[in-house]
Amino acid sequence: MVKRVTTGAHYGLRDWLAQRVTAVVMVIFILCLVAALLISPPHDDNALKAMFSNQWVRIASFLFLVSLFWHAWVGMRNILMDYIHTTGIRLTLQVLVILSLLFYTIWSVEILWNL
Amino acid sequence: MRFSIYRFDPDKDEKPYMQDYDVVLEPADRMLLDALVRIKTVDDSLSLRRSCREGVCGSDGMNINGRNGLACITPVAGLKEPVELRPLPGLPVIRDLIVDMTQFFKQYHSIKPYLINNDPPPETERLQSPEERAQLDGLYECILCACCSTACPSFWWNPDKFVGPAGLLQAYRFLADSRDQATAERLDYLEDPYRLFRCHSIMNCVDVCPKDLNPTRAIGRIKDMMVKRTV
Repeated sequence: MVKRVTTGAHYGLRDWLAQRVTAVVMVIFILCLVAALLISPPHDDNALKAMFSNQWVRIASFLFLVSLFWHAWVGMRNILMDYIHTTGIRLTLQVLVILSLLFYTIWSVEILWNL
Repeated sequence: MRFSIYRFDPDKDEKPYMQDYDVVLEPADRMLLDALVRIKTVDDSLSLRRSCREGVCGSDGMNINGRNGLACITPVAGLKEPVELRPLPGLPVIRDLIVDMTQFFKQYHSIKPYLINNDPPPETERLQSPEERAQLDGLYECILCACCSTACPSFWWNPDKFVGPAGLLQAYRFLADSRDQATAERLDYLEDPYRLFRCHSIMNCVDVCPKDLNPTRAIGRIKDMMVKRTV
Protein backbone atom coordinates (compact mmCIF):
# COMPACT_ATOMS: atom_id res chain seq x y z
CA MET A 1 0.00 0.00 0.00
CA VAL A 2 1.14 3.54 -0.67
CA LYS A 3 2.57 5.21 2.42
CA ARG A 4 0.86 8.55 2.46
CA VAL A 5 -0.31 10.88 5.21
CA THR A 6 -4.09 10.84 5.10
CA THR A 7 -6.04 13.59 6.82
CA GLY A 8 -9.22 15.45 5.97
CA ALA A 9 -11.98 13.44 7.65
CA HIS A 10 -14.04 16.66 7.97
CA TYR A 11 -15.41 16.08 11.42
CA GLY A 12 -14.33 17.11 14.87
CA LEU A 13 -16.32 20.25 15.55
CA ARG A 14 -19.36 18.29 16.75
CA ASP A 15 -17.27 16.25 19.17
CA TRP A 16 -15.44 19.30 20.43
CA LEU A 17 -18.75 21.08 20.99
CA ALA A 18 -20.27 17.98 22.62
CA GLN A 19 -17.33 17.86 25.01
CA ARG A 20 -18.12 21.40 26.13
CA VAL A 21 -21.88 20.91 26.37
CA THR A 22 -21.58 17.65 28.34
CA ALA A 23 -19.10 19.35 30.69
CA VAL A 24 -21.67 22.10 31.39
CA VAL A 25 -24.39 19.49 32.01
CA MET A 26 -22.12 17.69 34.49
CA VAL A 27 -21.22 20.89 36.35
CA ILE A 28 -24.91 21.87 36.67
CA PHE A 29 -25.87 18.41 37.95
CA ILE A 30 -23.01 18.27 40.47
CA LEU A 31 -23.87 21.77 41.78
CA CYS A 32 -27.57 20.81 42.12
CA LEU A 33 -26.68 17.53 43.83
CA VAL A 34 -24.32 19.22 46.29
CA ALA A 35 -26.94 21.91 47.00
CA ALA A 36 -29.64 19.28 47.54
CA LEU A 37 -27.42 17.28 49.89
CA LEU A 38 -26.51 20.43 51.85
CA ILE A 39 -30.09 21.72 52.15
CA SER A 40 -31.57 18.44 53.33
CA PRO A 41 -28.89 15.89 54.11
CA PRO A 42 -30.35 12.36 53.93
CA HIS A 43 -30.11 10.79 57.38
CA ASP A 44 -29.89 7.19 56.34
CA ASP A 45 -29.82 4.80 53.46
CA ASN A 46 -33.63 4.89 53.09
CA ALA A 47 -33.72 8.68 52.82
CA LEU A 48 -31.12 8.55 50.07
CA LYS A 49 -33.12 5.83 48.30
CA ALA A 50 -36.27 7.95 48.61
CA MET A 51 -34.44 10.88 47.04
CA PHE A 52 -33.38 8.80 44.05
CA SER A 53 -36.78 7.16 43.66
CA ASN A 54 -38.08 10.54 42.50
CA GLN A 55 -38.49 10.20 38.72
CA TRP A 56 -36.91 13.61 38.02
CA VAL A 57 -33.84 12.84 40.09
CA ARG A 58 -33.46 9.60 38.16
CA ILE A 59 -33.77 11.34 34.82
CA ALA A 60 -31.31 14.06 35.87
CA SER A 61 -28.86 11.42 37.14
CA PHE A 62 -29.21 9.50 33.90
CA LEU A 63 -28.60 12.67 31.90
CA PHE A 64 -25.50 13.29 33.99
CA LEU A 65 -24.20 9.77 33.43
CA VAL A 66 -24.88 9.88 29.67
CA SER A 67 -23.00 13.21 29.55
CA LEU A 68 -20.16 11.62 31.47
CA PHE A 69 -19.94 8.67 29.07
CA TRP A 70 -20.19 10.87 25.99
CA HIS A 71 -17.53 13.19 27.42
CA ALA A 72 -15.38 10.14 28.19
CA TRP A 73 -15.78 8.90 24.61
CA VAL A 74 -14.53 12.18 23.12
CA GLY A 75 -11.65 12.29 25.61
CA MET A 76 -10.69 8.64 25.17
CA ARG A 77 -10.72 8.95 21.40
CA ASN A 78 -8.52 12.04 21.69
CA ILE A 79 -6.03 10.11 23.83
CA LEU A 80 -6.04 7.16 21.41
CA MET A 81 -5.58 9.46 18.40
CA ASP A 82 -2.70 11.21 20.16
CA TYR A 83 -0.76 8.16 21.23
CA ILE A 84 -1.80 5.06 19.27
CA HIS A 85 -0.52 5.37 15.73
CA THR A 86 -1.29 1.92 14.37
CA THR A 87 -4.74 2.17 12.79
CA GLY A 88 -5.78 -1.42 13.59
CA ILE A 89 -4.91 -1.16 17.28
CA ARG A 90 -6.51 2.30 17.50
CA LEU A 91 -9.75 1.07 15.94
CA THR A 92 -9.84 -1.98 18.21
CA LEU A 93 -9.33 0.15 21.32
CA GLN A 94 -11.95 2.67 20.15
CA VAL A 95 -14.47 -0.12 19.65
CA LEU A 96 -13.67 -1.47 23.11
CA VAL A 97 -14.22 2.01 24.59
CA ILE A 98 -17.56 2.35 22.77
CA LEU A 99 -18.72 -1.09 23.89
CA SER A 100 -17.79 -0.52 27.53
CA LEU A 101 -19.46 2.92 27.54
CA LEU A 102 -22.63 1.40 26.04
CA PHE A 103 -22.49 -1.29 28.71
CA TYR A 104 -22.13 1.37 31.42
CA THR A 105 -25.11 3.27 30.00
CA ILE A 106 -27.35 0.21 30.19
CA TRP A 107 -25.96 -0.63 33.60
CA SER A 108 -26.73 2.86 34.92
CA VAL A 109 -30.37 2.50 33.79
CA GLU A 110 -30.49 -0.81 35.62
CA ILE A 111 -29.06 0.75 38.78
CA LEU A 112 -31.11 3.97 38.74
CA TRP A 113 -34.46 2.33 38.08
CA ASN A 114 -33.96 -0.54 40.49
CA LEU A 115 -33.09 1.40 43.62
CA MET B 1 29.81 31.06 32.71
CA ARG B 2 29.04 27.35 32.50
CA PHE B 3 27.14 25.80 29.63
CA SER B 4 26.06 22.26 28.87
CA ILE B 5 25.32 21.94 25.17
CA TYR B 6 23.78 19.12 23.13
CA ARG B 7 26.25 17.84 20.56
CA PHE B 8 25.60 15.50 17.69
CA ASP B 9 27.42 15.08 14.41
CA PRO B 10 25.83 12.25 12.41
CA ASP B 11 29.12 11.70 10.52
CA LYS B 12 31.13 11.05 13.67
CA ASP B 13 28.85 10.36 16.63
CA GLU B 14 26.78 7.29 17.21
CA LYS B 15 24.71 8.98 19.87
CA PRO B 16 24.15 12.59 20.94
CA TYR B 17 25.94 13.75 24.10
CA MET B 18 26.12 16.85 26.29
CA GLN B 19 29.34 18.87 26.21
CA ASP B 20 30.32 21.27 28.98
CA TYR B 21 31.81 24.65 28.20
CA ASP B 22 33.29 27.20 30.57
CA VAL B 23 33.55 30.63 28.99
CA VAL B 24 34.47 34.06 30.26
CA LEU B 25 32.00 36.55 28.85
CA GLU B 26 32.89 40.08 27.80
CA PRO B 27 30.77 42.94 29.19
CA ALA B 28 29.08 43.32 25.80
CA ASP B 29 27.96 39.67 25.76
CA ARG B 30 24.51 40.29 27.09
CA MET B 31 22.35 37.83 25.20
CA LEU B 32 22.65 34.06 25.01
CA LEU B 33 23.53 34.30 21.32
CA ASP B 34 26.55 36.51 22.21
CA ALA B 35 27.70 33.78 24.60
CA LEU B 36 27.24 31.12 21.90
CA VAL B 37 29.26 33.17 19.42
CA ARG B 38 31.92 33.50 22.15
CA ILE B 39 31.90 29.69 22.57
CA LYS B 40 32.31 29.33 18.81
CA THR B 41 35.59 31.27 19.00
CA VAL B 42 36.85 28.45 21.25
CA ASP B 43 35.15 25.53 19.53
CA ASP B 44 34.17 26.28 15.95
CA SER B 45 32.68 22.80 15.49
CA LEU B 46 29.58 23.85 17.47
CA SER B 47 26.78 24.34 14.94
CA LEU B 48 23.76 26.58 15.26
CA ARG B 49 21.59 28.76 13.05
CA ARG B 50 21.48 32.51 13.53
CA SER B 51 21.07 35.52 11.37
CA CYS B 52 19.55 38.83 12.45
CA ARG B 53 20.61 38.53 16.14
CA GLU B 54 17.63 40.66 17.23
CA GLY B 55 14.60 38.39 17.33
CA VAL B 56 13.30 39.11 13.85
CA CYS B 57 14.48 36.23 11.67
CA GLY B 58 13.56 33.38 14.00
CA SER B 59 16.63 31.29 13.18
CA ASP B 60 18.11 30.64 16.62
CA GLY B 61 15.16 28.94 18.30
CA MET B 62 16.45 26.38 20.81
CA ASN B 63 15.61 24.72 24.08
CA ILE B 64 17.15 26.85 26.83
CA ASN B 65 17.11 25.25 30.30
CA GLY B 66 14.09 23.20 29.28
CA ARG B 67 12.15 26.02 27.66
CA ASN B 68 12.02 26.96 23.98
CA GLY B 69 13.18 30.47 23.11
CA LEU B 70 15.34 32.59 20.85
CA ALA B 71 18.96 32.77 21.97
CA CYS B 72 19.37 36.29 20.59
CA ILE B 73 16.72 37.86 22.83
CA THR B 74 17.33 35.74 25.94
CA PRO B 75 19.51 37.70 28.41
CA VAL B 76 22.28 35.57 29.93
CA ALA B 77 21.87 37.38 33.24
CA GLY B 78 18.75 35.51 34.34
CA LEU B 79 19.87 32.01 33.32
CA LYS B 80 20.53 29.25 35.83
CA GLU B 81 23.97 27.64 35.47
CA PRO B 82 25.02 25.40 33.87
CA VAL B 83 22.88 26.67 31.03
CA GLU B 84 21.51 23.58 29.31
CA LEU B 85 21.04 24.08 25.58
CA ARG B 86 19.32 21.53 23.37
CA PRO B 87 17.84 21.64 19.86
CA LEU B 88 14.12 22.33 19.55
CA PRO B 89 12.35 19.16 20.70
CA GLY B 90 10.31 16.94 18.39
CA LEU B 91 12.11 17.68 15.12
CA PRO B 92 14.92 15.55 13.65
CA VAL B 93 18.38 16.86 14.56
CA ILE B 94 20.67 17.62 11.62
CA ARG B 95 23.64 18.57 13.76
CA ASP B 96 24.12 20.01 17.27
CA LEU B 97 21.47 22.73 17.72
CA ILE B 98 20.27 22.61 14.11
CA VAL B 99 16.99 20.82 13.46
CA ASP B 100 15.29 19.77 10.24
CA MET B 101 12.31 22.14 9.90
CA THR B 102 10.82 20.43 6.81
CA GLN B 103 7.81 19.02 8.68
CA PHE B 104 7.16 22.37 10.34
CA PHE B 105 7.16 24.29 7.05
CA LYS B 106 5.11 21.58 5.33
CA GLN B 107 2.36 22.21 7.88
CA TYR B 108 2.74 25.98 7.46
CA HIS B 109 2.39 25.69 3.67
CA SER B 110 -0.61 23.37 4.02
CA ILE B 111 -2.81 26.22 5.27
CA LYS B 112 -2.11 28.33 2.16
CA PRO B 113 -0.34 31.18 3.90
CA TYR B 114 -1.15 33.79 1.29
CA LEU B 115 -4.06 36.05 0.42
CA ILE B 116 -6.68 34.40 -1.79
CA ASN B 117 -8.72 37.01 -3.62
CA ASN B 118 -10.18 36.43 -7.06
CA ASP B 119 -11.16 40.04 -7.78
CA PRO B 120 -8.94 41.75 -10.33
CA PRO B 121 -6.21 43.65 -8.46
CA PRO B 122 -7.09 47.35 -8.13
CA GLU B 123 -4.74 49.99 -9.49
CA THR B 124 -3.29 50.90 -6.13
CA GLU B 125 -3.95 48.41 -3.34
CA ARG B 126 -6.70 46.38 -1.67
CA LEU B 127 -7.90 48.81 0.96
CA GLN B 128 -8.67 47.99 4.57
CA SER B 129 -10.20 50.19 7.23
CA PRO B 130 -8.04 50.77 10.32
CA GLU B 131 -10.42 48.46 12.22
CA GLU B 132 -10.02 45.69 9.66
CA ARG B 133 -6.27 46.11 9.77
CA ALA B 134 -6.35 45.92 13.57
CA GLN B 135 -7.82 42.41 13.30
CA LEU B 136 -4.41 41.23 12.11
CA ASP B 137 -2.53 42.50 15.16
CA GLY B 138 -1.13 39.65 17.22
CA LEU B 139 -1.18 37.42 14.14
CA TYR B 140 1.04 38.91 11.46
CA GLU B 141 4.00 39.30 13.85
CA CYS B 142 4.79 35.57 13.83
CA ILE B 143 8.36 34.92 12.64
CA LEU B 144 7.98 31.13 12.24
CA CYS B 145 10.77 30.31 14.68
CA ALA B 146 8.95 27.06 15.58
CA CYS B 147 9.36 27.58 19.33
CA CYS B 148 5.61 27.07 19.82
CA SER B 149 5.01 24.05 17.60
CA THR B 150 8.02 22.21 19.02
CA ALA B 151 6.76 22.90 22.56
CA CYS B 152 3.40 21.30 21.73
CA PRO B 153 2.96 17.61 22.66
CA SER B 154 0.21 17.24 20.05
CA PHE B 155 2.74 18.32 17.41
CA TRP B 156 5.32 15.89 18.84
CA TRP B 157 2.91 12.94 18.54
CA ASN B 158 1.38 13.84 15.16
CA PRO B 159 3.72 16.26 13.34
CA ASP B 160 2.58 14.85 9.99
CA LYS B 161 -1.13 15.41 10.64
CA PHE B 162 -1.55 18.21 13.18
CA VAL B 163 -0.94 21.66 11.70
CA GLY B 164 0.54 22.91 14.96
CA PRO B 165 0.17 26.26 16.76
CA ALA B 166 2.36 28.26 14.34
CA GLY B 167 0.46 27.03 11.28
CA LEU B 168 -2.91 27.52 12.93
CA LEU B 169 -2.04 31.06 14.03
CA GLN B 170 -1.22 31.80 10.38
CA ALA B 171 -4.41 30.06 9.25
CA TYR B 172 -6.38 32.44 11.45
CA ARG B 173 -4.29 35.38 10.21
CA PHE B 174 -5.81 34.80 6.74
CA LEU B 175 -9.27 33.93 8.07
CA ALA B 176 -9.22 37.28 9.87
CA ASP B 177 -8.07 39.23 6.82
CA SER B 178 -10.91 41.29 5.34
CA ARG B 179 -9.30 41.03 1.89
CA ASP B 180 -9.26 37.22 1.84
CA GLN B 181 -12.13 35.47 0.06
CA ALA B 182 -11.37 31.85 0.86
CA THR B 183 -12.90 31.68 4.34
CA ALA B 184 -15.13 28.69 3.59
CA GLU B 185 -12.36 26.69 1.91
CA ARG B 186 -9.95 27.46 4.73
CA LEU B 187 -12.47 26.33 7.35
CA ASP B 188 -13.27 23.21 5.30
CA TYR B 189 -9.60 22.34 5.23
CA LEU B 190 -9.15 22.84 8.95
CA GLU B 191 -12.28 21.00 10.09
CA ASP B 192 -10.50 17.78 10.79
CA PRO B 193 -9.87 15.71 13.92
CA TYR B 194 -6.12 15.83 13.26
CA ARG B 195 -5.34 19.13 11.51
CA LEU B 196 -7.11 21.35 14.05
CA PHE B 197 -8.68 19.27 16.80
CA ARG B 198 -5.44 17.74 18.11
CA CYS B 199 -5.13 21.06 19.97
CA HIS B 200 -6.20 20.45 23.56
CA SER B 201 -5.57 24.06 24.63
CA ILE B 202 -2.72 23.30 27.03
CA MET B 203 -1.17 26.65 26.03
CA ASN B 204 2.50 25.59 25.90
CA CYS B 205 2.63 27.66 22.70
CA VAL B 206 1.50 30.82 24.50
CA ASP B 207 3.98 30.15 27.29
CA VAL B 208 7.04 30.00 25.02
CA CYS B 209 6.26 32.41 22.16
CA PRO B 210 9.21 34.84 22.03
CA LYS B 211 6.99 37.41 20.30
CA ASP B 212 4.28 37.16 23.00
CA LEU B 213 1.66 35.94 20.56
CA ASN B 214 -1.28 33.76 21.52
CA PRO B 215 -1.83 30.80 19.16
CA THR B 216 -4.35 29.23 21.58
CA ARG B 217 -6.60 32.28 21.26
CA ALA B 218 -6.29 32.18 17.46
CA ILE B 219 -7.22 28.47 17.48
CA GLY B 220 -10.19 29.31 19.69
CA ARG B 221 -11.31 31.93 17.15
CA ILE B 222 -11.07 29.37 14.34
CA LYS B 223 -13.32 27.06 16.38
CA ASP B 224 -15.68 29.98 17.02
CA MET B 225 -15.94 30.59 13.27
CA MET B 226 -16.73 26.91 12.72
CA VAL B 227 -19.38 26.94 15.43
CA LYS B 228 -20.92 30.06 13.90
CA ARG B 229 -21.23 28.52 10.48
CA THR B 230 -22.56 25.22 11.84
CA VAL B 231 -25.11 26.05 14.51
